[in-house]
Amino acid sequence: MANVEQPVAHPSGASTISVLMPRAEGLVIPFAALLAGSLAFSLFLLLVGKSPVTFFGLVWMAGFSTAFSWQNTLSQVAPLLFAALCVALPARLGLVVIGGEGAIVLGGLAAGVAGTQATGWPPAAGLGFMALCAMALGVGWIASIGALRIKRGVNETIASLLMAYIAIALFNHLVEGPFRDPASLNKPSTLPLTEGLRIGEMPLISAHWGVLVGILACIACWVLIERTTLGFAARIAGDNLRAAQVQGLPVGRLVVGFTALGGAFAGLAGFFEVAAVHGSANGSLIAGYGYTGILVAFLARHNPLAIIPVAILLGGFAASSGLIQRRMDLPDATILVFQGMIFVAILLSETVYGRFKIFTPAYWEVR
Amino acid sequence: MTDFSAISRRRFLGSSAALAGATAMGGVLGAGSALAQTPLTVGFIYVGPKGDFGYNQAHAEGAAAVKAMPGVTVLEEENVPESVDVKNTMESMINFDSATLIFPTSFGYFNPHILELAPKFPNVRFQHAGGLWTPDNPANIGSYFGYIGMGQYLNGVAAGHASVTKKIGFVAAKPIPQVVNNINSFLLGARSVDPSITCQVIFTGEWSLAVKEAEATNALCDQGCDVITCHVDGPKVVCETAAGRGAFVCGYHADQTALAGDKYLTGAEWNWARVYTGMIETVQSGGTIDNFVRGGLAENFIKMSPLGPAVSDAGRAQFEATKAEIMAGGFAAYKGPLKDNTGAEVVPAGGSLIETDVAIESIGYLVEGVIGSTS
Repeated sequence: MANVEQPVAHPSGASTISVLMPRAEGLVIPFAALLAGSLAFSLFLLLVGKSPVTFFGLVWMAGFSTAFSWQNTLSQVAPLLFAALCVALPARLGLVVIGGEGAIVLGGLAAGVAGTQATGWPPAAGLGFMALCAMALGVGWIASIGALRIKRGVNETIASLLMAYIAIALFNHLVEGPFRDPASLNKPSTLPLTEGLRIGEMPLISAHWGVLVGILACIACWVLIERTTLGFAARIAGDNLRAAQVQGLPVGRLVVGFTALGGAFAGLAGFFEVAAVHGSANGSLIAGYGYTGILVAFLARHNPLAIIPVAILLGGFAASSGLIQRRMDLPDATILVFQGMIFVAILLSETVYGRFKIFTPAYWEVR
Repeated sequence: MTDFSAISRRRFLGSSAALAGATAMGGVLGAGSALAQTPLTVGFIYVGPKGDFGYNQAHAEGAAAVKAMPGVTVLEEENVPESVDVKNTMESMINFDSATLIFPTSFGYFNPHILELAPKFPNVRFQHAGGLWTPDNPANIGSYFGYIGMGQYLNGVAAGHASVTKKIGFVAAKPIPQVVNNINSFLLGARSVDPSITCQVIFTGEWSLAVKEAEATNALCDQGCDVITCHVDGPKVVCETAAGRGAFVCGYHADQTALAGDKYLTGAEWNWARVYTGMIETVQSGGTIDNFVRGGLAENFIKMSPLGPAVSDAGRAQFEATKAEIMAGGFAAYKGPLKDNTGAEVVPAGGSLIETDVAIESIGYLVEGVIGSTS
């Protein structure tokens, strides 16, 4: 950027760049924050006498270098995509919903129980029924948080977090009680799904279909938010609730609708975990994807398209956690510290938007 | 997916002659004989932190003993959830570090994760802690477990002698057969000293939930229980809280003497160091580990913590005598006539359940004298 401080007065070039630069702000600042977080973490590694070069080399090797690395990375991505959408969609309306974990485990339970009812159905019908049940429970759980916000003014952040605890307790009770497979002695689970109701891996890449559905869901949500009047209304309501109300926008319905959509995706995450990974609903579903999804959504600045690369990046970090433990003799929390530093850097970077003149169209206008 | 790294692929091809008969058992033998010359890489996977004074630490102590053996490289990974994560960790150990023997030590790793991975890597041996292997599972999977209920019975004997209030307490994670058997054994051990003793049990609902474990321990102390034991993943909180309240402590999983000091009576510990070094020796000498291995005190699968200073001479004598009886084999903690705590007869007069009885593995009732309910 240094050599373009004195813009040349080419009308056509200047106008293109004056359009591009404001858009570049949304890319340059997150990348700079990513870099800053990585540098801070490198300092931390140096302080404890470990090599940052080895660290990032191992992240690359375990997360992205071979076919197996990608398999490992992508296997984490599907639930992160859905969990992040459950945060990002309400966030566009200004709601901070952090309880997606609850909808994921209940969605998984619904899928597992529906699957036991759908034994013997054609696979497509059975899987569709399971997915519908999972989404229905997810919608009910998260949309009720949106409704509480609108109708009763209950803080959605606290409500969603506490409802996640309730969901997990309810899940444990139901899996250990009414829906327990009597044969699952020491690890209470619902009845195992029949082979026809399991979701397999996609051709060529060793990751289940949930990854593709998750990516398509992100694209669809981006279209919804950026290219439809509904999304436009939601963005207005998110930027200024009062203004949206004054304009006569249906804020209440938007809030309930967007939280419902987020909940549906969280339920789908549970569905894919049960149908593609575990084969029944059990305690292993409570794996914290809902909470990592919060990180993904914030890193993506609640842009559904950005969720895709961020989820892949975090999937790669998670995939490398084991190798870093084994090769560098660092505790498993190392990757969490790294993620935490990046998270803080990204949050701090939120405050610098609009502060750099080179990202303003005026800077590039012909003077 | 098959092997990705060149080394594993070479090894795979090398042992494929042995595999031609499609017996994975042959694959294990092939790997074993190849490894007699090359160093053996062994992976250990823990579900929680390896310094938890409990379940995971017991396994990590076993891994440490393996680390001290010649010709072995040990890989360890802690805090691996029972999700797709453990599958990735196992594959990563195989692909990046050429591990040929893996010990995934948590119960929930077995189904579906180990079951799905084992057929893809026929020349890798998966040794699962939990005792879940059945003959229709792949032959390159092994499963092992110990009869630790006997350890809780001995805990009960020590507790029976130490208790003044005749009330003892048990902090339990989940009402599953293994835990239920430990609760019953603890009380039955105590009742072998004094049949009037009762045991209050509190289930926390989670394997690791420090706040609830502390609350449960305090509640038991408030109710007058003066000896406390537990079955949670990390007994640290229970031990420290109970000792702090002045109650005696019986340990579980690992040695917790350091946490409870003079209040520590004894503890039921895993002896994975003996089990693991034995299994590695088998592989190094070209042998095959049995697919299904179980053992108790006599087989060195479990051991007892050294008796603490608070154990009386009478307690010490009965403890040692009972231990000798268990070592001799065929010991029964459950002797008829025995009722459960709702009054229904569970073992008729003259009947008994010895430590190896399979009925214990699906046990769902709490015996008479246990105050609490599994639902």
